[in-house]
Amino acid sequence: MIDVGAAVALIVMLPSPASRLPMQDTTRGKAVYVKWCAGCHGDTGAGDGVAAAHMLPRPRNFTGGLYKIRTTASGQLPTDADLLRAIDEGLPGSAMPGWKGRLSDAERRSVLAYIKTFSSFFADTSQHVVPLKFSSPPGGGTGADALKVGRQFYDSIGCRKCHGDQGRGDGPSAPTLKDDADFPIFAADLHQNWRFRGGGAVEDIYRRLRTGLDGTPMPSFADLIDQKFLTDQELWRLAQYVRSLSPAAPPEVRDVVHAPQIPGTVPASPDDSTWARVARYWFPLVGQVIHKSRWFAPAVSGVWVQAVHDGKRLALRVSWDDRTESPDTAWLKFEQRILQTVAGDDSGSPPPQAEPWPDQLAVQFPRRLPEGSGGMERPYFLMGGATDPVYQWRWISRPRHAFAGLARGIERFDTLPGAPAGQATYDRGEWRLVLTRALATPDTANEVQLEAGRAIPLAFFAWDGSSGEHGSRMAVSTWYFLALDRPTPPGVFISPVLAMLVTLGLGLVVVRRAQRRGGARHIS
Amino acid sequence: MRKLGAVAATGAVLALALAAWTRQPPPPAQGGGTVSGKVKFTGTKPTMPKIDMTEEPKCKAKYQGVPTDETVVVNANGTLANVFVYVKSGLPASYTASAPAGPVTLDQDGCRYHPHVLGIQVGQTLAIKNSDGILHNIKAKAKANRPFNISQPTVMTSNKTFDKPEVMVALECNVHGWMHAWLAVLPHPFFGVSGADGSFTLKGLPPGTYTIEAWHEKYGTQTATVTVAGSETKTADFSFAAK
Ligand SMILES: [Cu+2]
Repeated sequence: MIDVGAAVALIVMLPSPASRLPMQDTTRGKAVYVKWCAGCHGDTGAGDGVAAAHMLPRPRNFTGGLYKIRTTASGQLPTDADLLRAIDEGLPGSAMPGWKGRLSDAERRSVLAYIKTFSSFFADTSQHVVPLKFSSPPGGGTGADALKVGRQFYDSIGCRKCHGDQGRGDGPSAPTLKDDADFPIFAADLHQNWRFRGGGAVEDIYRRLRTGLDGTPMPSFADLIDQKFLTDQELWRLAQYVRSLSPAAPPEVRDVVHAPQIPGTVPASPDDSTWARVARYWFPLVGQVIHKSRWFAPAVSGVWVQAVHDGKRLALRVSWDDRTESPDTAWLKFEQRILQTVAGDDSGSPPPQAEPWPDQLAVQFPRRLPEGSGGMERPYFLMGGATDPVYQWRWISRPRHAFAGLARGIERFDTLPGAPAGQATYDRGEWRLVLTRALATPDTANEVQLEAGRAIPLAFFAWDGSSGEHGSRMAVSTWYFLALDRPTPPGVFISPVLAMLVTLGLGLVVVRRAQRRGGARHIS
Repeated sequence: MRKLGAVAATGAVLALALAAWTRQPPPPAQGGGTVSGKVKFTGTKPTMPKIDMTEEPKCKAKYQGVPTDETVVVNANGTLANVFVYVKSGLPASYTASAPAGPVTLDQDGCRYHPHVLGIQVGQTLAIKNSDGILHNIKAKAKANRPFNISQPTVMTSNKTFDKPEVMVALECNVHGWMHAWLAVLPHPFFGVSGADGSFTLKGLPPGTYTIEAWHEKYGTQTATVTVAGSETKTADFSFAAK
């Protein structure tokens, strides 16, 4: 006779979908939701938690069952896998973090199940949630021919209307865009794929073209394949073109901007050919949320920085994506909607009136380089303090000029007589600015003296006037460093990158020797 | 033989009669009652903003002057156009209507929707046509139904259907911020839109007492109660005031 225990064991061992996945428990899901999610998404899932008013984009309102990132057709409910991906990975470019490392599998699945209870659509048996079948990307996607085809469709299906000619989200329709809840929404900057909500891989982009982003102005282009306006391959080419606008890998944040010494004089123009040969460094910016008025929706997400010197002068090139050459009256209504949507910290007072603010950029240094061996003492990164000022270069888009001064905190800025030279170009969604100054200046008390071979602290601040940014409403970075490389006699010259490669190469040689000696099979 | 024939004939008549008796309610075809009326407008006619179509020369070329927003269209005779009038309630619970085979067409022409306000039956095809040949996206911001947002970058037609009654579904184009239209999805064919003379007609109503609602995108809703019997025509006038 088979005993009961064995039978139970047999049943438990039988694979069934239910036993393979951790339980989806809405009671447990609710507990997780209340603890971790409700602060932004609200107790009733309406996307109206206490923190929501400060956010742009706003937290998802779960009650409509409407989701941006899906593998299903336009307007269809997402699959559980779609929702789990958003929970696990987060939504880049928004305040939604990934929860994979913070919550257990069971917690994440339970909260998923609970989130679905906010919308009656998930319980509606007439809703068929069917993921679309996606093809694989055709080869040659980074080649010139493929990208040319992609660009043709970028133009012919009207991507540029919102995303702009160069894909920086500055198209003619961009300032009118709103989401289904009437909040202002930005057309994605296609040069920053690491901020795409659904992922920046070419497969992700292709899927978004097929499915659209529900609740936003971004439509589905799937019909165009059915109606033979374009082929599936051509849609892939478009995705590949969009992918090509961003760097091959997300920018790595490094601490030091290296300024090589170049022969001749430093370039004063942002479009000088020299810049094509100089490494660029990415510095992320975040909203200024320390002092009033706080700003939670910074428009500039980061700056690309390049630097060169010629032994006498430094040229610093800062470029950043900005949808507008502010002030731009075409965006005044959009600015007003942003100011109405994103709450400041003086709640109760009405949102400020939109004004035609200019764009601004600041580069910050200490007045003097830190002294001593362990001397990395720097002024307060947020524009210094009353007794510990910082030296800043500032640039403003209208009237377009550069100047320098001492900042003593956010509120106080005293202009100095000496100013850096500034040249800027605005080109279809991008500012390119070059600031140049002599390494040594007469005013050694106030103006930082730039010396080769020293770690020169620097930080960045950016304002987009058309997003209502001015004063303390800005994007800020922390302290980084600028290093003016010493001239290297030819022959001895070895760049840090080269040095790294050499080291790596030597390492490989060592490994290969070890492999030969010990037998390759032991080294995987 | 003759007798047998007579029996057969009687049977057929009986069968027909039985069929007629069991089929309820009667089809809302030629017969039935009619509710018609006018939608008046009182007060000062608002000035609608001009639409700047400079970005779309193809659309701009379709107009003599400068097109204006269609949120409020007051007719020359002082009536209000684009008011959706429909039977909100009063049909017997057993009433069912199958969707007509033909589609309702919504045309995007001159970067505007034609018609601006329209009704459709549950399950009926909405044919969304792009006559402009420039990029429009059409987004249906449905709440009871599932929404959609599709791209139409060329002259083409896309078909959509709606499963559930919903008054109203907002339709919009995001490429052209001024483009919007309103779609009502109903489980019956008793609806109409006030036209260029402000009049509307609901035909083929089974006998009964109905709540008729008049809906306007800016001025909200008004209701009237109307009882119709047989094939009579009843009048229900509405009046919206400027605000
Ligand atoms: Cu349009």
